[in-house]
Amino acid sequence: MHIDSVFIQIMIYLLAAVIAVPIAKKVGLGSVLGYLIAGIAIGPALFGFVGNDGADVMHFAEFGVVIMLFLIGLELHPSMLWKMKRQIFGLGGLQIGITTVLISFIASFFWLNIAQAITTGLILALSSTAIVLQTLSEKGKLQTIGGRHSFSVLLMQDISVVPIFAILAVFANQVGSSSGLEIGDEIVAEKGWQKLLLIVGAVSVIIVGGKYAAHYIFKVIADTGLRELFTATALLMVISIAVAMEAVGLSPALGTFLAGVILANSEYRYELENTLEPSKGLLLGLFFISVGVSIDFVLLVDNLMLILGLLLALVLVKFGVLLALGKLFKLNTTQNLLFTFSLAQAGEFGFVLISFATQNAIYDEFTSGILLIVVALSMLITPLLFIINEKLISPRLLKSERKESNSDIIEDTDNPVILAGFGRLGMVLGRYLNANGVKSTILDINPHNIQYLKKFGYKIYYGDITRPEMLEAAGAAKAKVLIIAMGDRQQIDKLIEVASKHYPNLKLIVRAVDVAHDLELRNKNIDAHRQETFDSAVQLGADALEALGVSKNRVYRSSVAFKHWDRRFMDNLQKRYGIDDPHFVMETKKFSEHIENILLMQQKHPYQDMDCAWDNEPLISEAKKEKPDDDMRK
Amino acid sequence: MRKILILFAHPISHKSRVNIEMINAVKNISGVTVHDLYEEYPDFFIDVKREQKLLMDHDVIIWQHPFYWYSAPSILKEWFDLVLEHGFAYGHDGNSLKGKIAMSVITTGGKKETYSSNGLNSFPLTDFLIPYKQSCTLCQMEYLPPFVVHGTHLLATNDIELLKVDYVKLISLLKDEQFKLKDIDNSMFVNEFLNN
Repeated sequence: MHIDSVFIQIMIYLLAAVIAVPIAKKVGLGSVLGYLIAGIAIGPALFGFVGNDGADVMHFAEFGVVIMLFLIGLELHPSMLWKMKRQIFGLGGLQIGITTVLISFIASFFWLNIAQAITTGLILALSSTAIVLQTLSEKGKLQTIGGRHSFSVLLMQDISVVPIFAILAVFANQVGSSSGLEIGDEIVAEKGWQKLLLIVGAVSVIIVGGKYAAHYIFKVIADTGLRELFTATALLMVISIAVAMEAVGLSPALGTFLAGVILANSEYRYELENTLEPSKGLLLGLFFISVGVSIDFVLLVDNLMLILGLLLALVLVKFGVLLALGKLFKLNTTQNLLFTFSLAQAGEFGFVLISFATQNAIYDEFTSGILLIVVALSMLITPLLFIINEKLISPRLLKSERKESNSDIIEDTDNPVILAGFGRLGMVLGRYLNANGVKSTILDINPHNIQYLKKFGYKIYYGDITRPEMLEAAGAAKAKVLIIAMGDRQQIDKLIEVASKHYPNLKLIVRAVDVAHDLELRNKNIDAHRQETFDSAVQLGADALEALGVSKNRVYRSSVAFKHWDRRFMDNLQKRYGIDDPHFVMETKKFSEHIENILLMQQKHPYQDMDCAWDNEPLISEAKKEKPDDDMRK
Repeated sequence: MRKILILFAHPISHKSRVNIEMINAVKNISGVTVHDLYEEYPDFFIDVKREQKLLMDHDVIIWQHPFYWYSAPSILKEWFDLVLEHGFAYGHDGNSLKGKIAMSVITTGGKKETYSSNGLNSFPLTDFLIPYKQSCTLCQMEYLPPFVVHGTHLLATNDIELLKVDYVKLISLLKDEQFKLKDIDNSMFVNEFLNN
């Protein structure tokens, strides 16, 4: 290819991405769909800017998936991975097994023979690591329970690519083809134990190298102070692993993922992340575009009904299997839907495996062409499925979910304190109580918080505490104090209502989300309430005064003074007005003026209103007045 | 009837044996206001105006506290520094406390004998109270001899009971306007007077 044409190609790809992705994001379709649409646009079907070299680009861009798995590995410590073994092998294994059997069974009703049907089952059982993980992380859902289960399944699928290649190679042999076998060639040619030895060797090199050698290499490179050299080293490492893995017949993505996990504890972790993140993003984008380009629209139009039917069947089968497995693994409805909707497509390994099968004469041209379109289309609709779930299905279920959600069973109900909400605020609060030896029963509605904090030995229960049954289960009858530390104002108010109705003796300590809420809480029968940001705001202000050189004691006194004044002012405000009074807003304006005046006064006359006795000005003036007398006495 | 304000200063009142018992014995007597400074001002941010009003509303001011380093726990010094303002308590126009009665109620770990020229603490206890005495003089108040509980570490429950009786007796004497304060003035400690 001439250099100019390479540049023109690059230009077209980048231009398509730059135009399509922002538009797609703007209308809420997500970046993945944007890239895919860009690919369709520049592909032969629409404008035809790029021709059939889309497949080459795709092969190159698959490297983005490899880097992505390395980066994901970096965020997963080995211990975390070990904890996920049940999801990875159990859930992942079941998903692949059951889906393969079902799809193979259905496929056998079409024009396919047994080998072809099983091949199809194996290929279509896999989902798209690239699209799913990119979409999940873009939506911030990767750390949710559903997201983690999806990830586990994808990981298992990556692992299973190796045996799938082996099975396809066996089919290829039966077909009797002698055409260019790539990976399968080695797999079949070598004796089993030799191959095993190679794999074990390669994996050991990654583990030992990652654990012991990488540190020194990165240190030497980092010491040069050349950023680009660090980038080069990081890429070199990932590419080397990918090449080595391919050589021994393992999935490159799996190898780099392993390397990432091993480097998760390394001090160069963030540096590596920052270095590789842009390459990953760009390559993944390229990959998605090439998926769009590869869709053969002529074939699609000619076989429209067949392809759409297959697509529907594929999605429905995967959907059913995933939904059932999610239930089996006790995901609640919302998380199960996320899990199900995210994995109901075929994946990028499909492209590789289909072309492998075609080269080895397992598939004829027609079958592979149809399957490629089905895989590509299923990937194309994944972002749409996410949107459907997010906008239409989940919100509807959420309401009923809250009522019937499978809350945790609370064991220790004798604690004097119930802490409702363990997010940003509740966590500090809980730590403080803990430090003072006060035991509390902690509840939170966010599964992410719970998952995360359980690792640190906090005992937290999942459940909606605004339900009277849940409040009772938390031990409200025996507890002395209920701390309401949730972030949602409506939830806070609801809990206050429920708690004071059913447990009038329970003391309520409540988080107020803002001034207005704080004032409103004053009109309720509550033992204590604080505006969540007030104290830290004053404290930061005090820090600023200190930074300006004001003496520490003066800063401290003024911050305490401010807090006292504020409380008193709020008292007055409450006495004068109810909550809904239109004067309220006016009064708050006055409030800031009021405080401003106090503080200004304070500056002119230090401690005018509070620490006057420390000020010796009156003493000096009196001494001056009395001086003449002294003189006379002399 | 004289109104009595007890300014109580004990930073760890939950561990107090004697002081708390004494406070509990008198806090519900009518005309007595117990004002726990550490409870009211945990951040040492003393509300000066409020304290001054309390002083003006009462006739007898009692500073009750354990003896720390021959003086009061720190919040009481803060109270003196901030509340007894120039122009309020002393100075040319500072006459607000004029004619009021003040006294200290003090508990010490050390025995009575240690507060003497040949004891561990070298001086009689009243010597250490000179700053209070002079402060009262400056504020035109009458400073009575202190009520002192010595050797608190070794006090038996029975002793504490007797002590409470004495304290209640003292409070009722102070309340009674017919009672002549001059009678007390001659004793070193009020305790002696009470038991005579």
